[in-house]
Amino acid sequence: MIASLAARHSWFEATARARLAGLLDPGSFSEILPPAESNPSPHLALLDLPGAFDDGVVVCYGQLGKRPIFAIAQEGQFMGGAVGEIHGAKIVGMLRRAAQEKPAAVLFLIDSGGVRLHEANAGLIAISEIMRAVLDARAAGVPVIALVGGSCGAFGGMGIVAKLCSAIVISEEGRLALSGPEVIETVAGVEEFDSKDRALVWRVTGGKHRYLMGDCAMLVEDDIAAFRSGATEFLAGWSEPVPSVAHLRAGQQTLENRLAAYASYRDGLQVWAALGVAEPESVPLLDRDALVALKEGLPT
Amino acid sequence: METLDFRFDSKPVPRAADPALCGVVGSGNLEILVKSGIEPEACRVRIKTSARGFGETWRAVLDSFATSHPAGGTVIAINDMGATPAVVTLRLAQALAEYQGGGL
Repeated sequence: MIASLAARHSWFEATARARLAGLLDPGSFSEILPPAESNPSPHLALLDLPGAFDDGVVVCYGQLGKRPIFAIAQEGQFMGGAVGEIHGAKIVGMLRRAAQEKPAAVLFLIDSGGVRLHEANAGLIAISEIMRAVLDARAAGVPVIALVGGSCGAFGGMGIVAKLCSAIVISEEGRLALSGPEVIETVAGVEEFDSKDRALVWRVTGGKHRYLMGDCAMLVEDDIAAFRSGATEFLAGWSEPVPSVAHLRAGQQTLENRLAAYASYRDGLQVWAALGVAEPESVPLLDRDALVALKEGLPT
Repeated sequence: METLDFRFDSKPVPRAADPALCGVVGSGNLEILVKSGIEPEACRVRIKTSARGFGETWRAVLDSFATSHPAGGTVIAINDMGATPAVVTLRLAQALAEYQGGGL
């Protein structure tokens, strides 16, 4: 147990650059607009805040299992991975290039609370451009795989972007939702949602819950090597129909059905019971393999 | 935010990875970008920091670093979000090790 933990390199704790270093084939990382050639956000400078050379996102060419891929990695430690103007432009540029050059996939390492509020409209516009660019890349036949397991999860606009991707690979530590816990508590009160209750936050937004609900295609350990093998395995067998309006309508219907079935519940525990999990209170303690086995045994 | 510029005399350092980057602009942390400069016996440093009024502390930390490590021939750019002197020293050593091709 101790040996296996020592061999593990946590995705959650790693920086965006460390994640890429462990995710891509060794030596294949080739950054576009590296730190020495780019400038920090002028908007943050106007607000008297220090920026980051890469504006909190790394975009690169690389290989995964010897197949050419593009990768986008957000740095959650810089301003919560939030999307500003330059940050967003780098992501959009990479996705548009993918639609033209057609790599085997775009790996999107999401770790973000959403729009960078300091950059207001520029950040909002960037998010909407990212959404369109993700769908354009998919329509061009390039799968966009979201990898979610960082400390900021995928929230706000980036939560929507994650769900627009072809599929999501998530770890138990990863989180995915629209409004963040603190936002819900601020707007609707602590009776509605207690953001200090970390266990509750994970039971409602965490990787295990998202995987049980079918929102994420794959659950992996919090380990860079596990994300690498998960993404590799996933790409090997991946094919998807071109996104269409009919597809989106079907997805919308699924969400409406979910709302009708679960809207009155307060906690993931109740949802899991309704899904047919015999002992919902045991779910938070299950390891990854046991949870995957449980999910596969659920009635559909 | 405050911008600080320094120049220190320092023995020349061999370079292998140019530029080298380490650290993240997160709370209590900083990022350091080391590039080659034109003065082989000097190290130039530009700092952008969220914490105002610590110019003398920066000078002391950087002076001590440039004396104890060969760092000549480099231009160092720092974006700081309130890192302590101990963290700054650690990251400088890390960045310089990477610049020399070793890493830590």
